[in-house]
Amino acid sequence: MSSQRIVVTGLGATSPVGGDVPTTWAALLAGTSGARRLTEEWAEQLPVQIAARVAVEPLEVLERVRARRLDRSGQFALIAALEAWADAGLDAFPTDPERLGVAIASGIGGVTTLLSNYDALLEKGPRRVSPLSIPMLMPNSPAANVGLALGAKAGVHTPVSACASGNEAIAHGVDMIHLGRADVVVVGGTEAAIHPLPMAAFAQMMALSKRNDEPERASRPWDVDRDGFVLGEGAAVLVIESAEHATARGAQVYAEVAGAGVTADSHDIAQPDPAGLGATRAIRMALKESGVEAREIVHINAHATSTPQGDVAECLAITNALDGQTNQIITTSTKSMTGHLLGAAGALESVATVLALRDRVVPPTINLDDPDPAVNLDIATKQRTLPSGDIAALNNSFGFGGHNVAIAFRSA
Amino acid sequence: MASTEEIRSGLADIVNEVAGIPADEVQLDKSFIDDLDVDSLSMVEVVVAAEETFGVKIPDDEVKNLKTVGDAVAFIESNQAA
Repeated sequence: MSSQRIVVTGLGATSPVGGDVPTTWAALLAGTSGARRLTEEWAEQLPVQIAARVAVEPLEVLERVRARRLDRSGQFALIAALEAWADAGLDAFPTDPERLGVAIASGIGGVTTLLSNYDALLEKGPRRVSPLSIPMLMPNSPAANVGLALGAKAGVHTPVSACASGNEAIAHGVDMIHLGRADVVVVGGTEAAIHPLPMAAFAQMMALSKRNDEPERASRPWDVDRDGFVLGEGAAVLVIESAEHATARGAQVYAEVAGAGVTADSHDIAQPDPAGLGATRAIRMALKESGVEAREIVHINAHATSTPQGDVAECLAITNALDGQTNQIITTSTKSMTGHLLGAAGALESVATVLALRDRVVPPTINLDDPDPAVNLDIATKQRTLPSGDIAALNNSFGFGGHNVAIAFRSA
Repeated sequence: MASTEEIRSGLADIVNEVAGIPADEVQLDKSFIDDLDVDSLSMVEVVVAAEETFGVKIPDDEVKNLKTVGDAVAFIESNQAA
């Protein structure tokens, strides 16, 4: 295991607030919500009729034949990966395929492909099930298709840990580089689960906001009137590479991925540990692995999904993990604008964290009109500035199943 | 009964939908795999769509014999319901 530095050299995203990274970042800084009332006929019978669809439909970007062989989650992943790859300058630089890896996560996989083919099976019979169904719906399909597009041969992986998946993919990429299995890893997450079945299922768990008449106000992390998350869709991808490799090719560097912490609650399949013990350990592990001191952290992009229990438990975990050294930290939840992208959340929020470090600015948490009295952190309700000099930030993600992943980043 | 040209034209539309090849390039002498970007999975899509369009049944065992557009047109022609 090497102790080499790992840096972020490329970013890509297609999100509810923008079709690429520059538009997404500008929208986040401006406090723009991507949540909308669903206009599909199927939404009329659901208790929850709001979601945050991508701002730019994939067919506006991808060539038709390429798109029709991909699940929607695969389309998002490919769009984000190609942007990140070009942004890193790797489309113009020969990279050894056997030293190039991919780790792109999904929480739910190709659920819309699965269900549309089940509809075809019931309505028209087995002959009408697409022969592309399996390669489209398998959870590793986005990662595999990105690997094919970029020629990655080091290893192509799909961590699956519900809403922690995106961060787990980043942690996996970090491990691959530290273990010497790759020099460059394309990491991230994707999700496309805005379909009546997942929507109905999440609603049955009482996990979703029912603020149907005010979609843009529905995702309100830490607000006393929060009533659940808003389901989002999209993908985000980061190109990470050994600092040695990045330096050798003269690559731009956004930030350093300093370390990761990965733990499990072993408490409940759906409820977070109310004391946030697993999350606390994940943050501590990220600090230990990265060598970042609590006092160096000036920004946290929190998991904070806008659920009554989770938002408060995370505050407790942050405070405990940092031994109360939180006065210098500006925390935000970009989910207030993007909704919750499940397996893509950690990746999209890592992109935001990296850009916050580069631009020294924290995007706001919108809709935080009346903070929950249990919140003891400094939450950005408008755009806030970060200090100059060497600074560090954390991105937290937690998932059903009790998965906790914290990633520590340092400014470049 | 569709004519040879009607069947070729119908298959060309299907290949265009599945593989993105311009319909006027889908001629009788073209190989699905070598010339038209129709891989083994896409060939299943072509076969199922052709069955629906032309009202024929193309058995799984027969698909391997349909190497060119001409092979497929000939099979469909001789198996169309009278």
